[in-house]
Amino acid sequence: MTDMLIEGLYREGEPIADTKAPAGDISQKWTTRQFEAALVNPANRRKLSVIIVGTGLAGAAAGATMGEAGYNVKSFCYQDSPRRAHSIAAQGGINAAKNYKGDGDSVHRLFYDTVKGGDYRSRETNVYRLAEVSANIIDQCVAQGVPFAREYGGLLDNRSFGGVQVSRTFYARGQTGQQLLIGAYQALERQIAAGTVQMYARHEMLELVVVDGVARGIIARDLVTGEIETHLADAVVLASGGYGNVFFLSTNAMGSNVTANWRAHRKGAYFGNPAYTQIHPTCIPQSGEHQSKLTLMSESLRNDGRIWVPKRAEDCDKDPREIPEEDRDYYLERIYPGFGNLVPRDIASRQAKNMCDEGRGVGPEVDGVRRGVYLDFADAIGRLGEEAVRSKYGNLFDMYERITGENPYEVPMRIYPAVHYTMGGLWVDYDLQSTIPGLFVTGEANFSDHGANRLGASALMQGLADGYFVLPNTIRDYLAKGRSRRSARTTPPSSRPTSRSPTGWSGCCRSTAAARWTPSTRPWARSCGRSAAWNAPRRVCARPSTRSASCAPSSGATCGSWAPRTRSTSPWRRPAGWPTSSSWAS
Amino acid sequence: MRLALKIWRQDRPQAKGQMVRYDIDGVSEDSSFLEMLDLLNEQLIAKGEEPVAFDSDCREGICGQCGVVINGEAHGPERTTTCQLHMRSFKDGDEIVVEPWRADPFPVLKDLVVDRSAFDRIIQAGGFISANTGSAPDAHATPVPKEHADRAFMAAECIGCGACVAACPNGSASLFMGAKITHLGELPQGQPERDARVVSMTAQHDAEGLGGCTNLGECTRACPKGIPLNVISQMNADLRHAGYGR
Repeated sequence: MTDMLIEGLYREGEPIADTKAPAGDISQKWTTRQFEAALVNPANRRKLSVIIVGTGLAGAAAGATMGEAGYNVKSFCYQDSPRRAHSIAAQGGINAAKNYKGDGDSVHRLFYDTVKGGDYRSRETNVYRLAEVSANIIDQCVAQGVPFAREYGGLLDNRSFGGVQVSRTFYARGQTGQQLLIGAYQALERQIAAGTVQMYARHEMLELVVVDGVARGIIARDLVTGEIETHLADAVVLASGGYGNVFFLSTNAMGSNVTANWRAHRKGAYFGNPAYTQIHPTCIPQSGEHQSKLTLMSESLRNDGRIWVPKRAEDCDKDPREIPEEDRDYYLERIYPGFGNLVPRDIASRQAKNMCDEGRGVGPEVDGVRRGVYLDFADAIGRLGEEAVRSKYGNLFDMYERITGENPYEVPMRIYPAVHYTMGGLWVDYDLQSTIPGLFVTGEANFSDHGANRLGASALMQGLADGYFVLPNTIRDYLAKGRSRRSARTTPPSSRPTSRSPTGWSGCCRSTAAARWTPSTRPWARSCGRSAAWNAPRRVCARPSTRSASCAPSSGATCGSWAPRTRSTSPWRRPAGWPTSSSWAS
Repeated sequence: MRLALKIWRQDRPQAKGQMVRYDIDGVSEDSSFLEMLDLLNEQLIAKGEEPVAFDSDCREGICGQCGVVINGEAHGPERTTTCQLHMRSFKDGDEIVVEPWRADPFPVLKDLVVDRSAFDRIIQAGGFISANTGSAPDAHATPVPKEHADRAFMAAECIGCGACVAACPNGSASLFMGAKITHLGELPQGQPERDARVVSMTAQHDAEGLGGCTNLGECTRACPKGIPLNVISQMNADLRHAGYGR
């Protein structure tokens, strides 16, 4: 790795490949790895400790499972309770290769669909394992009492989701994420009661403690008292979610600010495929400067709604009902007559932005541009009747009306794409271990399973797969081999601090607060998110380059880094007061 | 919109608090209640004053972290969470009184932020089904009649925000607890621990200092998810059965 920062922002990584997946047929790799991974006998587990940052599906599931196995777990979340983690907001469902519908689904088909949906840029060994354990997830969740939708016969119901031809999605109305998270949360609380898990709510991770190149703990701040604490363990797991909020407005929770991953990256953990961000086409547009976040509406709306903008920019502030048919541009139906309004997510998103960039967007102006397109149900209401539309989409229409104050049965909805999920993340090997030994990364925080695009209902699957079934089976190999304990013996952490000490961090926090770069952090986050991400000059996909730290051709995880084709004429400038890279690289 | 806000300010858990008046102008009626507080905080920070501390996270009405008492009503005038309450529910010139959840077992940490860890401890006492990872039978091994699954789901919609406690004159968490007991008790998987669950959860509830239920129904009126009052009947029936046999 060179020490030089490229464009002052990132370092070039060495080519890196996974070495943990065993040789042999892909369908046998997970069985082999579970057998080859060393075991820790139950009496020794209570001498070992694991820190887990984040209590979403990946973090809570891992915490509960590791606690049940008898390890000492310290679990951290910044919310007031582990049940608040943003996995709770997932609506659609969770995929599993159960083939309960007898429609030809199989582990191999789920694997194939996921790899294909990710533009062949995910690591195939990891995806195959994900498909294999998917069925166990449903069994586990049902045993915990997750109230999945059922048919009258009492068996589980399934539906199909975008990009696949089988019905393999299990769901709990529009609140699947909530129900799965509450299941994992209850399992975690059970372990807290049993004393195997110590919960640290309202704690934010500030730094990863690395001793002699090995992750040994974290520095965290108690958000109530302000106290800065050091927590040490034999391994550290980051299950802290994605980085969608770097774009300022996203569908992520307000507090999901990617600090944990960022600190780990600054400590040397490689970051893979950072450009792979999923932009969801059907979100409620921004209504003004006051907006703090965006809200997603189910993509199913595109089944019956027709998307259009006015043909002429001067019509954009008219009442849409007064714009005659011939002055409307149903641009998806025009450009993609074969798919119409059901084009894939990325195409629908890109074209909506193009229409608005052309000045034909609708709705309130934000920064001088109207960012919205119409999603019109007038045809569907005429064809099916208002009642039928209400029974299909009633809850979504209600949500839209509550947020916008407009009645979508009478006026077309306005939608605009929003950042929704990040496929990229910290680089991990087959064992979910990052490039820092002892630092494991699970769920949306890692990079391996979705390639360039995540299929619907696969995020919940990956979070729970990593937390319940993958990590507990791979981390034991690291713990059993005792690398952390050996290094602990030779170098007690107190004598070899390679991190900024808690006192150093207190000083840093005080000076940050005293510096008052800007009146508050919000305008700062807004200007960075807008200029660096949303409104950056159009970027095009270049050939896979060595610029990203995650190139692993031999593992099948060819990375595609996104680079500008020509040098941008208006390079991104740091806002005044932006700390220099050297002040961050502690 | 121009508004007069009266907000509870309290520096620390033990400190004495007081209502403080703030006048705020330029509030968009399309903004949510919390975005209005964000705007107030921007203005306070610009003036070098301490911003108002309040809890929120998902801001789409599902995580349950937000919640304040607005003009005497938990989550304000609409039946939704504070984050999904929009300023068009108020009029220009309105005076709005904003307080934290009011209940002894939810001590104020700062301003509008309260400590709801009592809810987590009630769940720890038995709000789960003991099923270690990897020990589950096939999901179709136990069919669940649709009406039971639907009722379990209805109860499981609880987001644990605490509005029921804040709205209850007795400061009771019976709706929260009844929802969990109904959710797990409706399912065949929840039967083995059903009696022990209700006994230990209610014991923990009382130990937290949460009050008894007198069937006033303020909780269900304030509940943003519309959890019905009959989950409390279910809890009481289960408790009776646990004592005297089913």
